[in-house]
Parts: sequence; C-alpha cells; structure tokens
Amino acid sequence: MNSVFVYCEIEDGQVAEVSMELLTKGRALATELKCKLEAIAIGYQLDGIGKDIFPYGVDVLHVADDKRLAPYTTLPHNSIVVKLFQEEKPQIALMGASSVGRDLGPRVSSALHSGLTADCTSLVIGNHEDKKLGKEYKNLLYQIRPAFGGNIIATIVNPECRPQMATVREGVMKKNILDPDYKGVINNLDVSKYTTDADFVVELIERHVEKSKINIKGSPIIVAGGYGVGSKENFDLLFELAEVLGGEVGASRAAVDAGYVEHARQIGQTGTTVRPKLYIACGISGQIQHRAGMEESAQIIAINTDLEAPINSIADYVITGDVAEILPKMIKYYKANTK
Amino acid sequence: MKGYKIIVLAKQVPDTRNVGKDAMKADGTVNRAALPAIFNPEDLNALEQALRIKDKFPGTTITILTMGPGRAAEIIREGLFRGADDGILLTDRAFAGSDTLATSYAIGQTLKKHGNFDIIIAGRQAIDGDTAQVGPQVAEKLGIPQITYAEDILSIENGKVAVKRRLEHGVEVVKCPIPLLITVNSSAPDCRSRNARLIMKYKHAKTISEMQEANEDYVHLYNDRPYLSIKEWTVQNIDVDPNELGLTGSPTKVKNVDNVVLQSKGAKVVSTSDEDMNQLMRELIESHTIG
Repeated sequence: MNSVFVYCEIEDGQVAEVSMELLTKGRALATELKCKLEAIAIGYQLDGIGKDIFPYGVDVLHVADDKRLAPYTTLPHNSIVVKLFQEEKPQIALMGASSVGRDLGPRVSSALHSGLTADCTSLVIGNHEDKKLGKEYKNLLYQIRPAFGGNIIATIVNPECRPQMATVREGVMKKNILDPDYKGVINNLDVSKYTTDADFVVELIERHVEKSKINIKGSPIIVAGGYGVGSKENFDLLFELAEVLGGEVGASRAAVDAGYVEHARQIGQTGTTVRPKLYIACGISGQIQHRAGMEESAQIIAINTDLEAPINSIADYVITGDVAEILPKMIKYYKANTK
Repeated sequence: MKGYKIIVLAKQVPDTRNVGKDAMKADGTVNRAALPAIFNPEDLNALEQALRIKDKFPGTTITILTMGPGRAAEIIREGLFRGADDGILLTDRAFAGSDTLATSYAIGQTLKKHGNFDIIIAGRQAIDGDTAQVGPQVAEKLGIPQITYAEDILSIENGKVAVKRRLEHGVEVVKCPIPLLITVNSSAPDCRSRNARLIMKYKHAKTISEMQEANEDYVHLYNDRPYLSIKEWTVQNIDVDPNELGLTGSPTKVKNVDNVVLQSKGAKVVSTSDEDMNQLMRELIESHTIG
C-alpha cells in the first residue's frame, strides 16, 4: 500500500507548527489506510531533526541536507519533491497552506499532473462512485473546503491521479505526539542526484524574519471586527475592550481589505484559525470562510445591527445594536464587576 | 534602454466579498447570478506592477491574457483604460469545468503560442477560489522560475529582476533572471485609476464576437485602427491535447457541493440596556470566561 507523505517546512532548523499538525493528521490517515506515514525534510544542518518528527508516528523520514537548500527557494525543493514522489508514488501528500506550501504545492502538482486542493478545512477517507464512467473508487481522500466566497462547501476528490495533494492552514488540524519513542528510519537523499544547477538561479538577497507581535492564535479572548465596524477609528474601541479583557484584536477579511487593521489579524479560512475561550464578533456578518476560522470558540458574542447576520446562528449571545454604543458599556460594566 | 514584454494574467470573478441580502435566496443560499463580475482584485495589483515597469522602461508593452466567457473582454478593456497595450481573450466551451491544472495547461499553451514575453505577472489568487495555484502551475508548464507573494518589483538590471516578497513573518528580497513569472499580493500598491485619454482611445475596443453581436463593421475598423481589436482565441488558435482540457483534463473532481444554509443554535438575545449589559458581563465573569 502506498504511503501518506507530509512535506515538513523547516524554519531556522525548527519544524514548522503547521507541519507537526499535518504529521498528526497524516498519521491518522495512514493508520486508517493501513499504510506508512513518511515525511520529507529539506534544508541545511538537519542532524537530529528526526527527534522532532518521528514522535508523530513517522515511519520513514527522507532528508535532503545541503547549504543551498535553506532558506527555502522554490526550484530545488520542487525538484527534490517531484523526483522523490516519482520514485515513491505516495497516495496522499500534505503540505502547509503557508507561503512555502502554497508556492511549492502547485508547482509539484503541475509537474506530476496530480490534483491539488488548497486550504482544506477537513480531510476524510471515503469512497467515490463515478456514475458516468460506472467506476467505483475505494478509500479516496475527501478534500473539504469552503469555496465561492464561503457560500458553498465543496468536497473534492482526485479519483485517478496520484498523489492526492492538499494544503491545510496552520491551526486547522491539532498536533498530537503519538509516541515519544516511535521508531522510524531515515533515508538520506543525495542532493546532487535530485537537483541541477539550474535549480539555483534565484538568489536570496536579504531576509528579515519579523516575528509577528500579534498573537491572536494564542489569545484566550478575541475581540474581532468586521466591515460593519465602519472605520479605522471605530476599531480603537475594539482595541480598548481587548486591552481591558486581556485579549487580542482580530478581524474579518472584509475589515482587512478595507484597511481597518493589518493582515496579521485576519481570522478565517485565508487567515488564522483560532479557538479562544471567548470570541466577541463586532460588525461581522459571519460568512463561512470567517466562521471556519473561529467557530470552535468556546463562547461567542455577536454584536451586529443586522438581526439576520449569519454569525448570529453560531453565537451564544446576540446583541443587536451599534458597536460604538455597546463596547463602551461592556468596558464600563466589566470594570464595575471586577473593581 | 530597452523595454520589456509583459503579460498580465487576469481573471474576471464574481464579487464574492460582499454578498448582500439581495444576493441571498430564500433558502439561505447564494444567488450567484446576482453577484457583479469584477476584475480580480489582486490581478489589479499585478497590472499596477506591470505599469510601473512600463513607466520606468519606455518601449515596454503590456498584454492582458484572460480565460473566460465572452463577457470577460470587459476586464481587457478595463486594463486598456489603465495603460495596457493589448489583450487576448481565451474563450472556448472546451475549457468549461477546468480545475486549476487544466486552466494552467490552457494558459501555458497560449503563452507558448504567443511567445515573446519577458515577465509574466499575475495576482496571487482569485477571490472566487482563493487557491493561488494557477500562477505557479503556469510557471511550471513554461519551465520558468516563479516568484510568489510579491509586494514590489524593485529593479530590473542585467537581465535580473529584484522582487520584494511579503511572507507571514517578514519580507524577503530575491533576484531572478528573465523570463520569470511573478504573483502579486494585495499588500502591493493599488492599481492606478482609468485614464480619460485612454478611455476615449479604447472604448470601442472589442472582440470579433462583440463586434458581430453589435452588428458593427469590424473589418474596416480593425484595418484603420488595429489597436481596437481585442484578440479572441479558441482551442483552434493554440496547440492543445483536448484530453487535457476542461473536466476531462482536471484531476480534481467536485464530489459534491453543499450550500451553506444557516440554522440558529438558539442564542441568548441581549438588549443594549444597562441592566442587560451588566448582567452579561457578570455572567461571563462568573463562568470564568473573562476576568
């Protein structure tokens, strides 16, 4: 049985969070399919990287270690992954829906003529029948994602082409170590056999890694604003409430597109996925792409002038009214009750 | 100084960002026909990057390539009004149902036929699918390097393009030889507005199908003013394997689509009165949600 593969992103010698989440998902899929889970790590000075990867239940780790392979550039990573997939013929290949995975994934899928589904929110094994061709397919990967501005949820399958490829955003899957002593084997790749000089035409001139100061993913309380907040100035009220409650400010895509706040605060399918204790949605209509990024919040308060707003359907509390009137009251009564 | 031959890949998309009440059907699903068709936002960021190169390097030409139904010629005109030089509409029923891979095959074959390009610039992704796949896939089809997530094309010197990329946790500057394909983020500068002089010049620019539909004499018009001809290409104009097109050529299949129908889980409705606000905050504090 062909394996499930996960491409592990390496940043400064560390395995990226999204890759660990995908290894966890990949292990579950491999167990269900009764096949091996294999991982790929491409970078420089990767001695010992196995100890960060095997505990997720990885059976085989393919390592390509060369000075020219870090930081990431498209072409050499693409050549290694394409060639390795041609040799190993995985049935499923997963990558993070990050700037690396969304750069690499499509190029690999084009070279292999295999289907790729971007930004999946759920991956499930299931059967498929093509009635037109009268063919049945067992154990395909259902790649489930919102589409069309989040107004539909599509289930995508790749019946014929392999590997079945999918990207998933950070935070969508949960990471979970299977066994700290899990025994897998390392396969060191001879980089010169997998790449050519032409793969190294793109030069990296400079790179500033700016660690985001905004940590909406880890915040237990999120005050999020949408287009309905109305202005950059009105967002100040959200910042004020977030500060009083000890939380962070998030935003819907519409608010980010309107320039109210920076992109790093975007929550939803194409932003960050969050699971706070409390999510206060201000002036957010709640299209499914936004909900995909926050609906697992423990408690949701929806503040909106529109009684019919979709966000109200998943809220625990609905307050119909103007954000500019309600937030100062929340601040006032929070302070009054905590002294 | 020599100019560059630039192709801008653009897509006409339904405006899925602002689905208003009038676009919602009674059953809670979206009436797609009610959504306006627009120039994909990040493709406009891409066009602006191309126009800036044209500003710096006289003699540069910008060709807009779009694949879609006949009415997608609208976005080619939109591009001409802002400073593009010409356009190609790739339109054929054979493309219907294409996934990203079949789409990039068709676009790749069109670019091979057209030839004559130094830099291909596209938006990072289109708002109707948000996949960000067609750019890198076209680059692979053409066997040229790709620079994704671009925010600014900094310089072109000695046949190399320097590009600033905006990533999750910072920025990166890379240099890449021509020819290459660049995809541009929405964090790049907005596209300039239409130019009044160019609107006058190009308002009658049409595809042959549009001319025929309007019953206009395009033969004379195109002879006198060739810039008014928007090229309309079908599968006949490019070398393609029909098995690689449309639904047949798409490895991914849509198994099923569920319309999003909203059902309330029965929220507690809180009024904006002081009593209700006070009560709400007390409840949240008592349940240790806050505080």
